[in-house]
Amino acid sequence: MARWNGWDPALDRGLTQPRMSRRQFLRTAGAGAGVLGLSSVLVACGTRGTSTTKSGTGAESLGSPEWWGKQQLHHEFSFANWAYYIDTVHGAHPTLDQFTKKTGIHVDYHEDVTDNIAFFAKIRPDLQQGNYTGYDLIVSTDNDPPISQMVKLGWAIPLDQSMMTNYYKYSSSLVRSPSFDPDNKYVMAWQSGFTGMAYNTKYIDEPITSLQSLWNPKYAGKIGMMSIASELGAQGLLAIGKDPATSTQADWDQAAAKLEEQKPLVRSYYDASYLRALKNEDIWISMAWSGDIFYASTYQGYETLQFVVPDEGVMFWTDYMMIPYTARNPLDAMTYMDSVYDPHTAALIADYIGYVCPVPAAQEIIRKDLHDPAVANSPMVFPTKDTEALTHHFPDWSKSQDFVNAWNSTFVPIFEG
Amino acid sequence: MHPRKRIAPYLLGSPAGLWLTLFFLVPLVTLLSLSLQTCDPLTLACRLTWHWQEFSASIADYHAQFVRSLLYAGSATAIDIVVSFPLAYWIAFRARRKSVFLLMLLLPFFVSFVIRTLLWQFILSDQGIVLGTLKAVRLLPENFHVLATGAAVVAGIAYNYLPFTVLPLFVALDRVDRRVVEAAHDLYATRAVAFVRVILPLAIPGLFAATLLTFVPAMGDFVNAAILGGTSNTMIGNIIQTQFLVFSDYPSGSALSALLMSFMLVGVLLYSRLLRSATIQEYL
Amino acid sequence: MNASEASATQGRRRRRWRYYALPVFAAAVIGYLLVPIALMVVYSFNDSNANLPTVTFNWQGFTTRWYAGWDQVPGLTPAFFLSLRLALLTSVVATAMGTLLAVALVRYRFRGKRGIEQVLTLVIATPEIVLGASLLGFFITLAIPKGFLTLFIAHVMFSIAYVTITVRARLAGFDIAGFEEAAQDLGATPWVTFWKVTLPLIFPGMLAGGLLAFALSIDDFVTSSFVAGTTSTFPLWIWGAVKVGIPPQVFVLGTMIFGLGLIFVGTNIALELRKDERRRALR
Repeated sequence: MARWNGWDPALDRGLTQPRMSRRQFLRTAGAGAGVLGLSSVLVACGTRGTSTTKSGTGAESLGSPEWWGKQQLHHEFSFANWAYYIDTVHGAHPTLDQFTKKTGIHVDYHEDVTDNIAFFAKIRPDLQQGNYTGYDLIVSTDNDPPISQMVKLGWAIPLDQSMMTNYYKYSSSLVRSPSFDPDNKYVMAWQSGFTGMAYNTKYIDEPITSLQSLWNPKYAGKIGMMSIASELGAQGLLAIGKDPATSTQADWDQAAAKLEEQKPLVRSYYDASYLRALKNEDIWISMAWSGDIFYASTYQGYETLQFVVPDEGVMFWTDYMMIPYTARNPLDAMTYMDSVYDPHTAALIADYIGYVCPVPAAQEIIRKDLHDPAVANSPMVFPTKDTEALTHHFPDWSKSQDFVNAWNSTFVPIFEG
Repeated sequence: MHPRKRIAPYLLGSPAGLWLTLFFLVPLVTLLSLSLQTCDPLTLACRLTWHWQEFSASIADYHAQFVRSLLYAGSATAIDIVVSFPLAYWIAFRARRKSVFLLMLLLPFFVSFVIRTLLWQFILSDQGIVLGTLKAVRLLPENFHVLATGAAVVAGIAYNYLPFTVLPLFVALDRVDRRVVEAAHDLYATRAVAFVRVILPLAIPGLFAATLLTFVPAMGDFVNAAILGGTSNTMIGNIIQTQFLVFSDYPSGSALSALLMSFMLVGVLLYSRLLRSATIQEYL
Repeated sequence: MNASEASATQGRRRRRWRYYALPVFAAAVIGYLLVPIALMVVYSFNDSNANLPTVTFNWQGFTTRWYAGWDQVPGLTPAFFLSLRLALLTSVVATAMGTLLAVALVRYRFRGKRGIEQVLTLVIATPEIVLGASLLGFFITLAIPKGFLTLFIAHVMFSIAYVTITVRARLAGFDIAGFEEAAQDLGATPWVTFWKVTLPLIFPGMLAGGLLAFALSIDDFVTSSFVAGTTSTFPLWIWGAVKVGIPPQVFVLGTMIFGLGLIFVGTNIALELRKDERRRALR
């Protein structure tokens, strides 16, 4: 710096600026080192990964017949499920009340699942550390990786096959032995459903029959799609005429391009909340789950909402019930699981929610005892051979993590903004 | 000095100090370290691998959200400053019962943040009170919507963060010595001139504090974007939230949080350098 | 007022307009802020005959049944009371620790004082999402199960900073050491000094800090969403219900909280008026 008038700026700085004395320096360094030291201890430990230890009481392993023999009923259990996925009359659930009356087991019902991946992320830390998640029975869909991941990680309690009498007697072949759990060692289906389209006849006069309507610029700003990578990608694939279960990376890229084209027309990408957007009339046409629309139009007064099986096809998925290995009331959960397959219970549930019923015998009960031919004859609840022709399945997510990652990196950027 | 007096402050301050060190400072360092770790996606076992690429990857993937957050938070802060300044000025200089009016201003914020944002979603919904009536009288086209646009998100942020702007501004203006203003008037300054050349410069540190205290939290907000915005309005806060709570991608979420944090640190540093005043705490 | 000298040349009408501009603006802003709240109160009386009543903007009739059945939504009431308990606990603990720290900062000069002050600023200036994310990483690394405990830890953490600053601001004007010394000169024991001199001085600040901590805790959303795990606080429950539609009871509870706030402000105004009266009476 220049010297002017003989005054040295350096001298000026030296006289006026506070200096860090050695003491100060040591003190700050010490404090910083302390914090760093403490944290580096944590860091060195890293985060604990999965604990796949199956902790059992005594010598028997979790879920073995001996282990089940030792379990006691606690007369209560906690059940996490999707919303609108069980019979509901003015806040009460008749089938749950019937179950409680019959067995004395109280059901703590939580409608906490709005997205398979988000729900899994919520309970995962507890499962990894062997803590109780707060739930004894959970429901997760096979259209997303979590259910197969949980089974693969050993986080599900093997079911008590001896208690599955209703199941083996009444369950439909459509839901038995999923690819990630042949022989139903760990899971039992809850309900199944279709992902198709829905639209509001109040605002859309012409009949909708094709997936391409979701790309129609006439409805720009009023189109809803799902922010679920598996569902979104599958619809994209269907729209370009490919079968998701056998699709390749090249197909995925093509589908992603088609979905990108659609992006400016889409109001938003939703999880289960697409239904609310439809009800609010924020969107007029959307990807939708069959039972949601049935429920909204039949019981909630939204008669203008209509579900469509597009010409290109529908996706078929199944929700599975599973007992996490840290559950506190496994026997109570197990008892409930099998009770769901009693035809009368299954009929009541199917009649209300309008999803695909896993118990074919319930069809007659709905027709005769519940006097509801609309539901009994609906191919959305009891699929016929014709619907099966239009049905497509999701890829097998348990193939490999790389497979899942590749799918996600193709489709997640579309809705992540 | 009395030996007891020398340890007294340490005794008094240690519970709080320890709590903050253990549950604030250490987690921050853990956050930084997590951003450098690699986690197995299935088992979530993480190891420190000094994976600096996480930062560049995060910026590459999400720079749009960063820019958008800057834009939204900046606009909302600007709106808040413009609204808050006359308000704070009035309460500080003109109102007789200052605390009463401050409380009245803060009264709406007694109701939960989430509820307030939901109420705005309610008000601005496509067929709601405002838009529905306008559409019924054909002043707006049928598919016009305010929700799921950037404007709705900015409006929500501006609404929710107003107290963060008003309070520091009020404190700053309240502190202005009235005698200085009086002196200016004695020297023939008009009201306008006194304001611009006396009050405003004295209020600038408070202004800066108000800006910082509004802008930084607003940048990290995700609730407004989630409730009032659509998927093309996501902010960096939404991304951080989904990385942590949906995809369990801790390294990525941590890297993004660290980047967000650095914004704030730069702001605080600038503040203490440029204005050379004590700390922002004075304005809280 | 000396301003009138400067604007004496301006017309009377203009002066009157200028005089009212700011208060009108202030009233408009406060009104705008209250509009959503007013709507909430009004719609908490909106009837709904749906199977699963959710809040809609269609007016279906006036009813008070949501107030009567305010606790009938499964999960909402437990979440509400959990938030209350958490806020109370946080408030007490944070106020205690924060007050002690504030006293230390005001009364004494000690090494590390500037460090603590900077940390406090840092806590307040850090975006909540960073606070939440860092705590989440911390708890996961240490394998601490998320729940009430982690919520408590998080809430106390950010509350301490606010309490300390509030109490400190209140204390800054007082010369506590001076008062204490005076009391001891007059023969008071340390315990009596604390009880009769120190405590009454710091009590208003403690109260303000405690209220602030309570308000912050009960309304906290972002940090809580990271560390709550499967536990539901009131704001978290509402957030979860947004996806499917919030029940009218949420508006009921919101109105009740607002009512509490209204009472608080009302009492404050009444006290201020009383203070004015007393001051006038003393003249």
